[in-house]
Amino acid sequence: MRYAMAIDTKKCVGCSDCVVACQLENDVPEGYCRDWIVEITTGTYPDLQTEIRSERCNHCANAPCVRCCPTGASHFEDGGIVLVQPNECIGCKACIAACPYDARYVHPDGYVDKCTFCLHRVKKGQQPACVAVCPTKCLYFGDIDDPRSKISLLLKKRKWKTLIPEAGTDPKIYYLI
Amino acid sequence: MIEEIITSGRMNPEIDPLLHIWGWEISLYLYIGGLVAGILFFSALLVLLNKEDKFTFSVKMLPLSAPVLLGIGLLALFLDLSHKLYFWRLYTIIRLNSPMSWGAWTLMAIFPLSVLWCCIWLKDNFTTFKWPYTWLDALFETGKKYRKLIAWMLVGLSLILGMYTGILLSAFNARPFWNTSILGPLFLVSGLSTGAAAIILFSKNRQERRLFSKVDMALIGVELFFIIHLFMGFLAGVRVHIQAAELFLGGPYTAPFWIFVVSLGLILPALLEFLELKQFKIPHVIPAVMVLFGGLLLRIIVVSAGQASRWLY
Repeated sequence: MRYAMAIDTKKCVGCSDCVVACQLENDVPEGYCRDWIVEITTGTYPDLQTEIRSERCNHCANAPCVRCCPTGASHFEDGGIVLVQPNECIGCKACIAACPYDARYVHPDGYVDKCTFCLHRVKKGQQPACVAVCPTKCLYFGDIDDPRSKISLLLKKRKWKTLIPEAGTDPKIYYLI
Repeated sequence: MIEEIITSGRMNPEIDPLLHIWGWEISLYLYIGGLVAGILFFSALLVLLNKEDKFTFSVKMLPLSAPVLLGIGLLALFLDLSHKLYFWRLYTIIRLNSPMSWGAWTLMAIFPLSVLWCCIWLKDNFTTFKWPYTWLDALFETGKKYRKLIAWMLVGLSLILGMYTGILLSAFNARPFWNTSILGPLFLVSGLSTGAAAIILFSKNRQERRLFSKVDMALIGVELFFIIHLFMGFLAGVRVHIQAAELFLGGPYTAPFWIFVVSLGLILPALLEFLELKQFKIPHVIPAVMVLFGGLLLRIIVVSAGQASRWLY
């Protein structure tokens, strides 16, 4: 089993509903976020192109944050989800320095915090909060090891990319383009 | 011209707009780690070369500062932790993939060893000193008998300590300016050079000072060579590495790095040491203080510049 997320950049309108849903669901402290919207406009006027992406931890298969953690607080859960165990975290911030996506932050309580793919919901058979609320249904969460899952079929059918694949992290958030 | 405008909704404290997770604490610790590595390395090396009675200051006296300095460095590290009460978690596991774990366990080994090393030489340093208990006296006399064995361990551990301060940073692929394998050797040589400078600064023995002036000049030469290679490697690298080098070649770190670290912290003190060896009247304090200051500034600038360099996507 390998959990992953696919995000349809053609359908995302950048409404930030996923951001707010995550903050509410996971009690994210004020002024912080575990997922966020990025808007990129390229080209020269009038030939402009805009891509809107909902970004978060990439739950990399070759996660540099897990590799550099001196205590093992950053670890892989079943299904490849990268998690931080707060009572093992010393707050050295090595994992924050190691993440090319800057997906982590220091929680005001001292430990390092990040997207969990809403593991507590997934365990109950529910979708992560961001996926559940998306009004354009542009987020897909599922098991890419299962060839018949919706996300596997989408990745087979559509063109996609990952973010900075050249960083060697083997990210598991796919952007449909 | 194709332009790209990126707008991000993320504004996490210490992460955006520029990463700023590590400040003076980490720079100071990396500096002290290198300095202590230098001090212990030279002390142990001179014992192995049977020079302990010729260069008494560097072998017996200066290492007294090592546990104190290490204590200050560890305190700085502790201050940097954001989940302080859990620091002991470092010592519940050995993680070979994590340079920080290597560092924690190296410190665990080198700290008590440096205390033992100091105790061995206490009676040589202070002739009137007596251990309050005979068993303590016997213990450290035995230690002195095995000083070559301890010296071998210190040489190895101090090299690991000096090298790891650089590898700690170079292991971060996400920060292109740090992500160069030459940072380990560079920090090691810089640490040895500051160790030699500390000997020059405080030693009363002219012969000892002259020896370490020569050693320091050689180390500075190697350091300059590494710095040139650092930038050659970046400029021959991928786009993010070129951008990292540009921080120092016209970017915000240009003046502090090339003026204060390279010119005033390496080239000028090496020149002054050379002139002093040629019998010019130059107080030995000046080049030594310059090298020590340059070493500290190198750590501060590298720690800061790494956090300013990133992948763009």
